[in-house]
Amino acid sequence: MKLYLKVWRQEHRESKGKMIDYEVGGISVHMSFLEMLDMLNERLIQKGERVIEFDHDCREGICGACGMMINGRAHGPLSGTTTCQLHMRSFKDGETVYIEPFRAAAFPVLRDLKIDRSSFDHIIQAGGYISTSTGQAPEANSLPISHDTTEAAFDAAACIGCGACVATCKNSSAALFTSAKVSHLVLLPQGKLESANRVIKMVNQMDEEGFGHCSNTEACEVECPQEISVLHIGRMNFHYNKALILRK
Amino acid sequence: MMDSKIPEGDIADKWSNYKNHAKLINPANRKKLNIIVVGTGLAGASCAASLAEQGYNVKSFCFQDSARRAHSVAAQGGVNAAKNYKNDGDSVYRMFYDTIKGGDFRSREANVYRLAECSLALIDQAVAQGVPFAREYGGYLNNRSFGGVQVSRTFYARGQTGQQLMIGAYQALMRQVAVGKVKTYTRHEMLDLVLVDGKAKGIIARNLETGALERHAANAVVLATGGYGKVYYLSTLAMGCNTSAIWRAHKKGAFMSGVSWIQFHPTCLPQIGETQSKLTLMSESLRNDGRIWVPKKANDERTPNEIPEEERDYYLERRYPAFGNLSPRDIASRAAKERIDAGCGVGPMKNAVCLDFSKAIKEQGKDKIEEKYGNLFRMYDKINGVNAYKEPMLISPAAHFTMGGLWVDYDLMTTIPGLFALGEANFSDHGANRLGANSLLQSCVDGYFIAPYTIPNFLAGEAKVEKVTTDHPAFAAAEETIKKQIEQFLNAKGHLSADHFHKTLGKLLYDKCGLSRTKESLEDAIVELKALKKSFDKDVKITGDGQMNSELEKAGRVSDFLELGELMCHDALQREESCGAHFREEYQTPDGEAVRNDEDFCYVSAWEWKGEGKKPELHKEPLIFEAVALTVRSYK
Repeated sequence: MKLYLKVWRQEHRESKGKMIDYEVGGISVHMSFLEMLDMLNERLIQKGERVIEFDHDCREGICGACGMMINGRAHGPLSGTTTCQLHMRSFKDGETVYIEPFRAAAFPVLRDLKIDRSSFDHIIQAGGYISTSTGQAPEANSLPISHDTTEAAFDAAACIGCGACVATCKNSSAALFTSAKVSHLVLLPQGKLESANRVIKMVNQMDEEGFGHCSNTEACEVECPQEISVLHIGRMNFHYNKALILRK
Repeated sequence: MMDSKIPEGDIADKWSNYKNHAKLINPANRKKLNIIVVGTGLAGASCAASLAEQGYNVKSFCFQDSARRAHSVAAQGGVNAAKNYKNDGDSVYRMFYDTIKGGDFRSREANVYRLAECSLALIDQAVAQGVPFAREYGGYLNNRSFGGVQVSRTFYARGQTGQQLMIGAYQALMRQVAVGKVKTYTRHEMLDLVLVDGKAKGIIARNLETGALERHAANAVVLATGGYGKVYYLSTLAMGCNTSAIWRAHKKGAFMSGVSWIQFHPTCLPQIGETQSKLTLMSESLRNDGRIWVPKKANDERTPNEIPEEERDYYLERRYPAFGNLSPRDIASRAAKERIDAGCGVGPMKNAVCLDFSKAIKEQGKDKIEEKYGNLFRMYDKINGVNAYKEPMLISPAAHFTMGGLWVDYDLMTTIPGLFALGEANFSDHGANRLGANSLLQSCVDGYFIAPYTIPNFLAGEAKVEKVTTDHPAFAAAEETIKKQIEQFLNAKGHLSADHFHKTLGKLLYDKCGLSRTKESLEDAIVELKALKKSFDKDVKITGDGQMNSELEKAGRVSDFLELGELMCHDALQREESCGAHFREEYQTPDGEAVRNDEDFCYVSAWEWKGEGKKPELHKEPLIFEAVALTVRSYK
């Protein structure tokens, strides 16, 4: 099949980008979306042009590196799917496809579709961990944790940090990302001790990085490749307010 | 003769003896010492965090945009530990024995015992960090069994064990960043190791965003840069996985071992087209409930569901009744290749076998299977558009894990003083074949529990050595070499992409130094690889500039893969026996089982780089077995 691509090209952080048209023929329905871009890049090399830069690594949906807006949707048309797991059978022959980077003030574009997501690392640095050093751990089975609690914590811990939630939110909010970490750790007994401090620091850091306020549209859950629930945002808000009240 | 520096004492006491006598550094002096850790996977992140917790200054490098994305995240199935929570007869000794046997008696006893011993603490560590391992309804940790063993010792977090352990290590690392003990350099690639007076004193790294070359000095350098299975191009590895850090260290004097011992994972998605970039792995845990079969008759054109029960050949159950579908990976992969080569393969390219869940679904119900493997079934559906609850998955062996890597002694130090190699980047614990769920374990144990003893032990002996700074001429020389290579790539006037060479290399190695090898195929491969490298130097084409440029990154990596490929073939050619993943067709029994030769090959091969175009030199580390008797590895 053949597609008409409109791809965001941008030289550097500071430079102005624009959409460039590419016609790509010879696409098989079994190809992944990124393999289609590989094919286009191979052709660009033959023409002596600079390839389209895009982030990708594991190509099995778990590393969180890939991510782009495809026809205005984070990771493309399928739900619960990263860009690398999207296959060309989801597109029609002759279709025009718009490809852009994830956009947010806190995710500056580096080149083409590659962005800087270190703001997510900063949020985790602010408190997204349990303060245990190597050597301190007690016997693992000394602390029974119910099956349901573990499963609920896992649902939150499944976040791959791709940034789709931010890219799709009209306020560019990182509420889903941050709340998933808050939930993962507050649900587990090991993480409860630090919960008040953690939630305040992480929420403050989120604001400092330039992410907006939760838009309450729940678009983040729709686009999340791990289908992380917006209920975690509710839990984060609850713990944030509780921490503020108890602090005074 | 290589000195592995194994401590004195009974095998069960060696590690305790080591820890009791390891040299210490007082807290005030620790903050004067700098350590570089390259790689932020489980081994790198856990090592960097643990050393920082002790008070050392750590610089942590990764080529990804965040430390959390290292390929450890992709391990699905689980992590082994001899906790014996199932009361099924497990123990440290049994785990040690299973691992030694699984590695076909080609690993070092003392290292393997230590791995099993430290497995206990790892589970405690991970739980304390908040890793949500699966639990029983009573609240205690659950286990499952994995290939090559008869007990349940595998801890798991759905099909995301690697990701969850990685998040634990990454968070520990971020905590140290927050207190200023670790500085992370993301989107940075190590391009050379800097030696001063024969010791590792720093690296040259390239900032992948700006293209700037940077010099970083330290008192010790740790490489935790993972495996090089991507040398085959089509593999289960991430696109960015590479050999460059360890290969460039090799060219600076670090020996490499077990180079051709590459594990082909039996449960991967088969290749279906020429533009394919990846062979996705489906967790081996699926073999707990899935049954593997092919049609009895060759060239059967029917779809799997049309083939009646009596016309199916459950070849693993037939050939290995004791272990059946849970036979170790090398055996399961080779058995699949044998059937595929015999014309019994299924799928559009006839290059796959069936992994069938119909019996398990009938016995346990679809809900139970969904709870255990739901994410894997969803992934299968996403990639293939096929519902595996209704028809068998099609799977095929793919290049996966490299047992080989940099040779290290008991301290995990390479032949270059001050250069350590951790996790998959070293060769140490898995012998000629790795058991499932032992790789997460090894990387974590190396990083959390071993290097934090052995690196200070080394540094304590270095205290009086003059501090090296980046103005040292050795840094300037290394930087100049790298600068030249980059310029050469950018000015190359060729016409073929780096990927073209990578794919050619991969195909060549799959055919000639893959699941099975022969003297002829390896000799051919060496000649072809030399030609391919020459063609690469002349014909590669890189577009774009010296700043952010993924083609430039690939070119450097492919150049190293091409040289590594040749060493793999030398290694496989020299070892005239079959052991574990290394199957030389000349050395097999009439019914196709591997024939090991303990008389002549019971040693670790350690290869020394002798220069471009020169034959590498072989050094030997004899393997001495005191705690176990060498036996024929049988799973029948």
